Amino acid sequence: MLFHSILFYVFAAVMFSAALGVVFSRNPVHSVMLLVLTFFQAAVLWLMAEAEFLAIVLVLVYVGAVMVLFLFVVMMLDVDVEAAKRGVSRYAPLGVGLALLMVIELIQVIWLRSREGDVASGFAATPEGYSNTEALGAVLYTEHVYAFEIAAVILLLAIVAAITLTMRKRPGLKVQDISAQVAVRAKDRVRVVKMDAEKKQ
Amino acid sequence: MIGLHHYLVVSAMLFVLSIAGIILNRRNLILLLMCIELMLLAVNFNFIAFSRYLGDETGQVFVFFILTVAAAEAAIGLAILVVLFRNRRSIAVKELNTLKG
Repeated sequence: MLFHSILFYVFAAVMFSAALGVVFSRNPVHSVMLLVLTFFQAAVLWLMAEAEFLAIVLVLVYVGAVMVLFLFVVMMLDVDVEAAKRGVSRYAPLGVGLALLMVIELIQVIWLRSREGDVASGFAATPEGYSNTEALGAVLYTEHVYAFEIAAVILLLAIVAAITLTMRKRPGLKVQDISAQVAVRAKDRVRVVKMDAEKKQ
Repeated sequence: MIGLHHYLVVSAMLFVLSIAGIILNRRNLILLLMCIELMLLAVNFNFIAFSRYLGDETGQVFVFFILTVAAAEAAIGLAILVVLFRNRRSIAVKELNTLKG
């Protein structure tokens, strides 16, 4: 149990410092890389909370797809980092002060609440033979199947929206027009010429 | 013993850090999007911790849907960003004042 606690603190510390790096890094590429590290540590913490399925989904979907998308865009756009960072100091005291105030309040509330009742004790042990993926699937495909289908529609919408937004028509691009090709008839293309046979010289 | 309140404190710190990031980096649109992703991660932490604490999978189903919507949001947001950059050659938030009334 002590080992478990130490692991939790180590992973949480790495995650928090990586998140600090995301916010305060000067280079957006470093920010994305540190965000990948943050998500990875979060996945480990979710594993420790026995949410195995979502931990793997976080690594596969977020680190594997969304972060790579971010990296593509960051590298594709030529962002002037220094100009973006130059005027940062004016709001920095306000932001940091606000953040400190909020974190103190939140931790105060959570801490006060955890001293009374059984919140401070660890999580209850899961029953023998419990499978997180199985339990999640059993709920997802029965009770929440309607929401599941809506999620599929939302993903389809995202695909369509992203493609229509970024697709552009370039003038002078040679493309096939399939319907015109299919609609062609032989008499439009082939001309049969009647002529007499010629003698060999 | 690692319990509910440890996860809640981690989540609160992550959430507040991303709010600070939004205030500090409000000139860089990509960093704003990344801070929103961090914020959603903090929310997901809360859902997972309470789902484990209450022994109820519904919280994890919620996280599943939040991940779906966040992926869609990131894709569309980045597509808008690319179109914006193509048209204006810049993604500085300061210059996005076309819709000013």
